[in-house]
Amino acid sequence: MATFHFDLVSPEKLAFSGEVDQVDVPGIEGDFGVLAGHAPVVAVIRPGILTVITGSTRQKVIVLGGLAEVSENGLTVLADVATSLEELDRAAFANQIEEMEEKLKNGEPGHELDREIERLDHFKSIQTQLNSTAMH
Amino acid sequence: MASLKDMRVRIASTKATQKITKAMQMVAASKLRRAQSAAEAARPYAEKMDSVISNIASAATGSPGGSPLLVGTGKDQVHLLLVCTGERGLSGAFNSAIVRLAREKAYALMNQGKDVKFFCVGRKGYEQLRRTFDKQIIGNVELRSVRQLGFVNAEDVAKKVLALFDAGEFDVCTLFYSRFQSVISQVPTAQQVIPLEVSSPAANATAAKTSYEYEPEEDEILSGLLPRNLAVQIFRALLENNASFYGAQMTAMDNATRNAGEMIRKQTLIYNRTRQAMITKELIEIISGAEAV
Repeated sequence: MATFHFDLVSPEKLAFSGEVDQVDVPGIEGDFGVLAGHAPVVAVIRPGILTVITGSTRQKVIVLGGLAEVSENGLTVLADVATSLEELDRAAFANQIEEMEEKLKNGEPGHELDREIERLDHFKSIQTQLNSTAMH
Repeated sequence: MASLKDMRVRIASTKATQKITKAMQMVAASKLRRAQSAAEAARPYAEKMDSVISNIASAATGSPGGSPLLVGTGKDQVHLLLVCTGERGLSGAFNSAIVRLAREKAYALMNQGKDVKFFCVGRKGYEQLRRTFDKQIIGNVELRSVRQLGFVNAEDVAKKVLALFDAGEFDVCTLFYSRFQSVISQVPTAQQVIPLEVSSPAANATAAKTSYEYEPEEDEILSGLLPRNLAVQIFRALLENNASFYGAQMTAMDNATRNAGEMIRKQTLIYNRTRQAMITKELIEIISGAEAV
């Protein structure tokens, strides 16, 4: 199977760079898979889990929003935060969700609040996915 | 004239100072390595961000009603100088060089009849600018308690700047920081961030041919991306600054150590001369006393 080049960069580091078979990206308008020869796309990413497939190995990376760009040179993901599944501190993540919930309680209704609620929902869906994978 | 004991004390204290500067030099050297790799790690992100923005922006230009972050507010009356400096001194001319560049720019703008406002990141710059431009400083962020510079710090600053921009406090924003060129050379740099100067390189001529699909629409992506880009630019400036700071400190402390060594040499020479002069004087006294008997 044809491979393509994939770069995952966050402001703090170059998290991943190499040839891969497929990447599943959590886009803001729905997840999409990228294979070699994908049409050029620029898409905004929602907080979610990004799956990198190389041969028979699957690597899962948690991204908290960002931007994906597919060009003829391959796929580049600019992630706001990128942590691999193993590195993630589940307790800290749960804490972050709690903090966000706390903040939302006092939030004033408006566009800003809607966005925060949406973000919280994404975070929660990551957590459910995490917990369900942990059980297997 | 100082007694021998005073001189001994003075030499000892110079030696103690030399030990401190030597230690600071070594600490700066090891921190420099870390700061440098952090600055390098951030580079790919900033570069990618740049190319994506210039791609989208070149496609979006021409359409009216673009984001003011990209096209500006239509005037350039009020300038905001975002001055990033270090938190600590003892680093040679590092902080002063940045402040001097900002000050020159401020005077040049004021001579053209523009209004100038300042936003300081870092304590040293704030202290220096406060003397001359106290009333014009509209914001100040200190990163003193921050151990490891993270993206959140830059985001904080960006949020404050954007809030000021949305409130119509300024039209043009220029970022001042020190670019890390090498350990011995740091270049104070001014970079305009609002409105964004889109680099439209020749490479774009070919790249622009690729027609991207956008998900969601261009404007929506752009409006999310531009504030983020500001944070990225600030983050990069802070990291470059950090590396430059340690580079400058290392050089400054190396000089200080060498000067202290020179001083110790001179003081020891005077000390020995005085000691010998005293011995000679005592000998003469003894001999002339013996002759008189």
